[in-house]
Amino acid sequence: MKSWKPLATLTSAAALWALSAAASFADTTIEFIQWWEPEMPAGALRGIMDGFEAANPGIKVKLVSGPYSATHDQIVAGAASGTLSDVVGLDGAWVNGLAKQSAIAPMDSLMDDAKYDRAQIADIVKVGGKSMMFPLASFVYPVFVNLDLAKAAGLDKMPTNRTEFADAAKKMTQADKNQYGWVLPLSLQTPNGIQNDVMSWVWASGQSMLKDGKPDVASDAVVGTLTYIKSLQDAGDISPGIFAKKEQDKVEEFVNGRVGMMIDSLAHINLIRQRNPKLNFGISALPAVDGYTGKRGLPYASWGIGISNNSTHKAEAWKLVSYLMSPDVNGKLVSIANAFPGNVNAKPDFSKSDPLFAEAFKIFQSGKLANEFVGLPVAEELMRQMDIEVQKMFDGQQTAQQAAANTQKQWLAAFAKN
Amino acid sequence: MSRSAETMAGRPPTIRKRGLLSYKTRTRVLPYFYVAPATALLCLLMLFPMITVLRYSLQDGAITKKDPAFVGLQNYQTIFSDPVFWQAVVQTLYFTVMSVIFHLVIGLSFALLLNSDRVNPTIRSVLRVLFILPWLFTAVIIAIIWRLLLDPNGVVNGALMALHIVNFKVEWFSSTRTALHALTFANIWAGYPLYMVTLLAGLQGIPKELYEAAGIDGANAFQKLRYITIPQLTPIMISIALLDFIWTMQVFPLVWMTTGGGPIYATEVLSTYTYKLAFSSYEFSLASASAICILFLSMSMTYFYIKHQKAR
Repeated sequence: MKSWKPLATLTSAAALWALSAAASFADTTIEFIQWWEPEMPAGALRGIMDGFEAANPGIKVKLVSGPYSATHDQIVAGAASGTLSDVVGLDGAWVNGLAKQSAIAPMDSLMDDAKYDRAQIADIVKVGGKSMMFPLASFVYPVFVNLDLAKAAGLDKMPTNRTEFADAAKKMTQADKNQYGWVLPLSLQTPNGIQNDVMSWVWASGQSMLKDGKPDVASDAVVGTLTYIKSLQDAGDISPGIFAKKEQDKVEEFVNGRVGMMIDSLAHINLIRQRNPKLNFGISALPAVDGYTGKRGLPYASWGIGISNNSTHKAEAWKLVSYLMSPDVNGKLVSIANAFPGNVNAKPDFSKSDPLFAEAFKIFQSGKLANEFVGLPVAEELMRQMDIEVQKMFDGQQTAQQAAANTQKQWLAAFAKN
Repeated sequence: MSRSAETMAGRPPTIRKRGLLSYKTRTRVLPYFYVAPATALLCLLMLFPMITVLRYSLQDGAITKKDPAFVGLQNYQTIFSDPVFWQAVVQTLYFTVMSVIFHLVIGLSFALLLNSDRVNPTIRSVLRVLFILPWLFTAVIIAIIWRLLLDPNGVVNGALMALHIVNFKVEWFSSTRTALHALTFANIWAGYPLYMVTLLAGLQGIPKELYEAAGIDGANAFQKLRYITIPQLTPIMISIALLDFIWTMQVFPLVWMTTGGGPIYATEVLSTYTYKLAFSSYEFSLASASAICILFLSMSMTYFYIKHQKAR
């Protein structure tokens, strides 16, 4: 009988191994592609995923992370080859194209099955009436003002309308000292300057570039904005090198105290503090047209989330989406990311954040999010087309009216095609 | 008598049939097995993608549509009727030709300098390191360096204004008049070390006797360069210039990172034009047609390169 003992031990060990192996095989692993992990403190997003895995035994999450532009290319390639990750981090500008390509799945039936309360979501991005993306975290773009330059220029309050902004820009400009009132990035490599730094002026005044979901760029609102921006350039108040400047160049010039004002994401507050701890700056809502008293549109960029159409684990993917959108988790995530929540019931804790975030949250609550490029077809291409027309205007090749009319023509063609 | 000795004596070797195939068949088939792995890799990594892109270029809505239709040459017609495409072709050729010419001139000049006995060996060693530096940087670093140098508030403008050569801040990458030239200049800076290293190796291979004989015949330095150095280096120069032409025509990161093809269309080249069609407009069929045009342009140069290599 003695000789059976080792065999029994071996059998038990084998059974245990088989059981654990079976358990590990039973785990479903879902992939989550996004560009957020590198932008959050090390381990922060993984920590949230660990929380999800603990709350949902049997589901594992594999994070596929990279910089923003690389993630975009990877998503486009994944959508084309049918290998897109189960859960997809989305920018509003990508949604329409990916939805038309059937790369991302509508989430309506998943919400219905789970009896999900749609009212708790701050915004749902739809394409063709179907829910394609939830903005998980929103980064508002206020005006950043270098308070030392403003004080030296004799300014004692933040500009609230266009006239005050132009006046402030003029007073802060000292070209002989390489110091300018405003910075405008219009590089064609990343044409989001059109969204963040040009069209944001339209939305801030409660105006629109669309009418019934179609382009309305030749309107007085857009032409007025283009004319206004051109007047700032003619006055020499914009930092030179506009056409080659990117968002990071804009931030760099502000950090170095070379420009008095910029429109930028709140997400950059920490970066600015790190790069120049001595910089004394404040924020305010984007100025509106003179006399406007309505709610200010606040341009924003968001970390959106959706589900791949090719996913064979849609139920598990939905669990992750709803987990990230839940008030507690969403509040925690946006507190870490210094963003505003996608769930209206989330209560972000900015007590450990920069005091400017609390101020920004007040601006956020008194205004309304506005970014009309979200959900538009080939949004990046639309920005690029307008960018070229605005560049021609700045180059003296055409007027603001012609720039707007040409953009309208191209946008109509793009809408008709897509 | 041993078996080998019998063979040497003229008796035909006895061929034993081993396995399924005869010796004759085996010797005929065996070489194909040797090249099979390389051929398979070539087909998988080169031929398959090329055929796929060619197929996309003949379809409408490739990748984005589930069932793209065959449209023949319609995509080619569309891009050929786009004036921006032709502007990109002209600018690609300008960028490429100027780059190749200046790469050659600068590379040869520096190679001659580094090969000259008149320069102190220590200085030569230092120069050798300095001259090769641009080659060590990746395209992204080169783009960042030149963006900083040519910024309106950058070092170049600072120096030019201090020397009273210009009296305003030139917007090198941001002006339609200067952007393409500035970009070409950055590419010339980045690419000459390849020529320099190759031509230096070529110079060191020229027999000294040729120069000594020319010296005895009374040839001066210029005549030695004209009648000995240049003819001796010509095969190398042609080879490397053809290769450089092919590589430069496809340059993408430097253009994309510095100007993105702008301002307006001032630095649009075929690679940026194609990229924008694919990843900004999601027009993969048109992008494929444009990519095939680049392929044909490159192949035409490859033809000359192969012809030149064969002639050697």
